[in-house]
Amino acid sequence: MNGMNAMKPALPSRISYAECSARERLARLLDADTFHEWLPPAQRLTSPHLAQLGVPGAFDDGVAIGCARLAGHEVFVAAQEGAFMGGGVGEVHGAKLVGLFRRALRDRPRAVLLLAESGGVRLHEANAGLIAVSEVMRALLDARAAGIAVIVLIGGANGCFGGMGIVARCADHIVMSDAGRLAMSGPEVIEASHGVEEFDARDRALVWRVTGGRHRYLVGDCDQLVEDDVAAFRDAAIVALDSHRPLTLPALQDEHALLQRRLHDAGDAIDAPVMWQRLGIAQDERAPDLAVHELRALERIGEPAR
Amino acid sequence: MNWSELATALFGADHDIRADGSLLHGTATLARQSIAVVGTTDHASIGYALALRQAEVVLATMAHHPGRAVLLLIDTQGQQLRRHDELLGINRAMAHLGCCIDLARRRGHRVIGLVYDQALSGGFITSGLIADGCYALPQAEIRVMRLPAMARVTKLPEALLAELSQANPVFAPGVDNYVAMGGVRSLWRGDLAAALRQALADTPTDDTRAVDGAQRGGRRLAADVAQAVMDAA
Repeated sequence: MNGMNAMKPALPSRISYAECSARERLARLLDADTFHEWLPPAQRLTSPHLAQLGVPGAFDDGVAIGCARLAGHEVFVAAQEGAFMGGGVGEVHGAKLVGLFRRALRDRPRAVLLLAESGGVRLHEANAGLIAVSEVMRALLDARAAGIAVIVLIGGANGCFGGMGIVARCADHIVMSDAGRLAMSGPEVIEASHGVEEFDARDRALVWRVTGGRHRYLVGDCDQLVEDDVAAFRDAAIVALDSHRPLTLPALQDEHALLQRRLHDAGDAIDAPVMWQRLGIAQDERAPDLAVHELRALERIGEPAR
Repeated sequence: MNWSELATALFGADHDIRADGSLLHGTATLARQSIAVVGTTDHASIGYALALRQAEVVLATMAHHPGRAVLLLIDTQGQQLRRHDELLGINRAMAHLGCCIDLARRRGHRVIGLVYDQALSGGFITSGLIADGCYALPQAEIRVMRLPAMARVTKLPEALLAELSQANPVFAPGVDNYVAMGGVRSLWRGDLAAALRQALADTPTDDTRAVDGAQRGGRRLAADVAQAVMDAA
């Protein structure tokens, strides 16, 4: 089924997910003309904290939320706009996400899709942003506990970092592109803290080896790896509609065992190919250079806990 | 206050809390009720491994002591800033810790967070901030980032941030600001054992932080915006 579609080489007409804005992604990923936005820019809901700093705001505070259809199923969606403050979560931005998950709890859509692109907490409203991200986390887990699948898509140029990197891993299912990045601290922050020898933030190949979709897929931190193509993200999101996995004690015990084994096996690895080798992922020496569809044919080690 | 003094102030001799490196764990008794204690000390930076070690205590509590209350003791300088931890997937380990605490709550464990020394961003978000309720000692410190670093990242003058810190809880470090914003329920003064008893008795199990923040005037928009999403046509 989808696996076969995914094996096809990308069509020349593909549209880069990374290069789309948040609203372009929504328009192309969801069923045509089905996205209905809540608190749209016309309502001019901006961050009061940015205004106080003299920093320009955005009428949606950097995130579009609403309901839509995906392959005919009702879904709730949120798309973070990386071009506005790197997708950083401020008070309003975070509250929109919280409201979306709470509404999902009430209205029971088939799934909530989070098109994540964020550096995490928006430092301009640091304290409010930090609390907001934790509120998003709790609201997301409430929706999951109620049986609503939460699906995260990561393929924007700004990646998914900080608190949002944690939020993403609280979801049922993660789809990434090779261009997507998922991690906690940005390489710049690590370099600033421990020096360029620790993490050279300008070495793009290294940055992607450590945080990119390829690595996350091979070790099982994301569930599907797709080309940088909006249509591929759409196909993957449709597949993910059935991905709900309840968080139970046995499920978390399995996750714990997997993460412990990884810690043990990886040893002191600081680069991905070494870690893949130690984790016993097949054909490690070729993995950095394989095309996405070839990579998907590799056997993965840490299959995500199901 | 160091963790050992804190443990004595909370439980007298009725505890076996110990430090393994910077991990704190043990069991305590308060008013004939057993409490599982887990946390960190020495301003620990929370890496992949330390997140897992904390998760392990929470998992064991759920498995062997259903319903036992959990007290999270927080002293952290934030997440470990190492390439090794990023490669391993520190965000997944942190999320795992958060999911364990969240599941404990759902299974009927009361989970109380207490910032007794310092709390910074990444080390805090999947501990105290995901408890039923988070409290702090008055002398504790909570922040996302130091002002000079924040000035660098935001490209705003440090003097401006320092000035705003005086009046606006959104920017300033400090437990009082977190109370004003609803992120911390209250500060524990005086009889700490009584404060913990009280917290175990009356901390709500649903997330009231945005409403608290609005009522206290420290975070005026969050609750209304979330409600507006619920009500939007």
